[in-house]
Amino acid sequence: MSQEFFKLERRTFLTGLLASAAIPLGLMPGRLYAQEPKAGGVLTTPAWPAPSVLNSAISTAGPESFIGPKFFDGLLGYDFGLVPKPSLATEWSMSEDGTRVTFKLREGVKWHDGEPFTSKDVAFTFMEVLKALHGRGKSTFAGLTAVETPDDHTAIFVMERPNPAMMRALDSRESPILPAHLYEGTDIIANPANTRPVGTGPFKMAEYEIGSYLVLTKNEEYWDTGFPLLDRIVIQFVPDAATRAAMLESGQAGAIFLNMIPAQDILRLADSPEFEMDTRGFEAMPSAQQMDFNLDNPILADVRVRHAIAHAIDTEWITKNVWYGLGHAGKSPLHVDQKEYYTTDGVPEYPYDLERANALLDEAGHPRGDGGWRFKLTLDPSPWGTESISASAYIREQLRQIGIDCTVRSQDSAVFTTTVWTDRKHDLVLYTVNLGTDPTIGTQRFYWSKSFSPGIAFSNGAHYSNPEVDELLEASQVETDPEKRREQFKKFQQIVMTDLPVMPITNISGANIANVKVKDHTPDALGALGSFSRLWIDE
Amino acid sequence: MTDQASPVPLRGKKTGPSWVPSMAVQRYILRRIVQAILVMLLVMVGSFILIKLAPGDIVDTLAGTSEMSAERMAELRQRYQLDQPVLVQLFYYMMRLMSLDFGYSPFNNAPVLDVIAKRWPVTAILVVCSVTISMAVGTVLGVLSARNAGKPVDLGISVLMLVFYATPSFIIAILLILVFSVKLNLMPIAGFATIGSGYTGLQYFRDVAWHLAMPITALCTFYIAIYGRIGRAAMLEVLKLDYIRTARGKGLSERRVIYVHALRNAMLALVTMVGLQVSALVGGAVLIETVFGLNGMGRTAFDAVFQRDTNLLLGVVFVSSLGVVIVNFIIDLLYMVLDPRVEIK
Repeated sequence: MSQEFFKLERRTFLTGLLASAAIPLGLMPGRLYAQEPKAGGVLTTPAWPAPSVLNSAISTAGPESFIGPKFFDGLLGYDFGLVPKPSLATEWSMSEDGTRVTFKLREGVKWHDGEPFTSKDVAFTFMEVLKALHGRGKSTFAGLTAVETPDDHTAIFVMERPNPAMMRALDSRESPILPAHLYEGTDIIANPANTRPVGTGPFKMAEYEIGSYLVLTKNEEYWDTGFPLLDRIVIQFVPDAATRAAMLESGQAGAIFLNMIPAQDILRLADSPEFEMDTRGFEAMPSAQQMDFNLDNPILADVRVRHAIAHAIDTEWITKNVWYGLGHAGKSPLHVDQKEYYTTDGVPEYPYDLERANALLDEAGHPRGDGGWRFKLTLDPSPWGTESISASAYIREQLRQIGIDCTVRSQDSAVFTTTVWTDRKHDLVLYTVNLGTDPTIGTQRFYWSKSFSPGIAFSNGAHYSNPEVDELLEASQVETDPEKRREQFKKFQQIVMTDLPVMPITNISGANIANVKVKDHTPDALGALGSFSRLWIDE
Repeated sequence: MTDQASPVPLRGKKTGPSWVPSMAVQRYILRRIVQAILVMLLVMVGSFILIKLAPGDIVDTLAGTSEMSAERMAELRQRYQLDQPVLVQLFYYMMRLMSLDFGYSPFNNAPVLDVIAKRWPVTAILVVCSVTISMAVGTVLGVLSARNAGKPVDLGISVLMLVFYATPSFIIAILLILVFSVKLNLMPIAGFATIGSGYTGLQYFRDVAWHLAMPITALCTFYIAIYGRIGRAAMLEVLKLDYIRTARGKGLSERRVIYVHALRNAMLALVTMVGLQVSALVGGAVLIETVFGLNGMGRTAFDAVFQRDTNLLLGVVFVSSLGVVIVNFIIDLLYMVLDPRVEIK
């Protein structure tokens, strides 16, 4: 049993006790409240794309992740550094063997429709919704066999085996608690509550015009007394990025979150004293740009070819020019924000070196033929955002320099996912993806042989299969000793960067850009993916 | 569609516009309705087959943005009948359509009719306002420049028309935003009305007008140029005709000659343009809707194609083509009013 893990638990257990009563402002870290927060006001923020549903329990898409946590709470919250803190659960403890986690639930919490929140809601949400319908929950909670509810304010998670990753997946975005009284016994996917959310969160639904805008109003009976501070949030769905930037610039919007305008606009506006950029609050969604090699292609099955390609691509250049410096060049399958496990110690690097790349290709038996070409490859950039498309133009030119006749295929999203993950007609595929708060949740799927599943987007598209890696990944799923787990992920990073089935390009640093009057949108690790309950407007 | 009632001069016989539909008109209307139904059926089946020809379906789109298990994807495909052969899907769709059931939009999680009900008024207002304004302004400019043909006024108007004609509407849109919203901070940039304002009546009307002023301006410029040029050419043509000389000879005021005698005749060419503009705008407003964050029919169709949301796309196609068919029908009737020589075949 993990001692350190448990210590962490106990520390938060104490804060939990304090926070279970109303949180007096005086106890909040001083830095965050240099000014006295003022209640009232309206935040207008443009967003795109528009959501399909309004909770993040049945869809893990970006808009749902942004909007859902304003309506719903999770069992836990996370402070910077992903340190668990109380939310709907006020205390939690783990059994010695790590297979039972007991949560004490907050009392007196009410759903927006006035019904009391109980352990029944927790049991229902995890067993019937997150385990069954959530994209990542299915694997995160795979070993969860039951949620016992001895009384209304106790929920005991019973697991087949220890599940350390789970403790990082209990926030309002990853695992929002849904009201059992509205969902139980219904067709969950088609439930009208999916677009008329009833949560326990700081904001309630006021007005929703599908695809156009969403108005949220203050939940006056929020359990966190004194919060939220805002009266209303207006989220307007605006498809054009230049228009979104103009809204912020003209003062018609207060902030734009989660990189919903291009990096160059964020940096341009950040230069003005009127606006402030904040790169904190992205730990809950560490995003990376990476490129899969289809190992079913006999040319790419040769590790020397993959190394050659890695040497030909200057990831620093891409980070600086495509991401405008808002990120770090990728050096590991993990994200630098996965601080506990990220390492470059003993992990091979592939510095930019065209000579070396050419030599490796010669060695692999691909001499230059007619017109100086060695062989042909196609590169499929993902159509979401512009960065993969821009980077693919650079990669194509780089590969051409080492004699690889590379063609870029630009496709719409349905064609893209079908080509790559269903039909597997790709050679190289460049995309951005969320690596997860824990490697088991978000990173493992690209490398575990068991997650090779044609038809599923963002699965093991490389068709990578290494028994040693499988063993490490499977061991880390149940390892509760942090030291041992760190060691497992270190070995994992070393092996995977040697085999290189996936080439890390950039660890993206997310950015929010807000008018200086908009304060405290990022009080903890969830940032804009959190509740905005502490956000206030200085007017 | 406007060729159904082309101007046919009937020598020796003049029939005035009749406001009571004669048997011929009734037969004509009936024929037009049957034609419209056939045209719309064709458009619907065509769109259905086109979107099905594109690789991927809506479940692929959903799975591209939200992680999904294989079972969930299979379950969704079954739910939306995407596991059936395309022709079977088409058959089911057409059967439902018979009872005016447009189905469900999986992406928006709402019935197609609910989605469209909120969106068609946006496009309708944009189209009606921009057609009216561009036609009025274009006609006035066209007449002005025809009356002053060759003079500096004509030259000035011609240059302006050329600029309007050559500048894409979305560039005008972006310029308007930069000048009137970002620099001067006068105009709202995005949306149909102030969200959550609770305005009613005149206040609401003013709010909507304020929000749509820039999009409508951006949609108008190109068509002002078109109407202006057509108007100018048509006026110059008509002013040469004998009946104008007769009118002048009778001693009528120049104003009366121009606006009553000549313009009415020149209007025929302009009215033809209205039909084309309406058809182009219903789908073509997508750029302006995108720039100004307006959720109209163009934007909805655009997104539906990319999301492979077949039901929603077909719903939009149905409503839009219905609108276009109705407008063109009205225009054909207008010909009869403008030119009594036009007779129904």
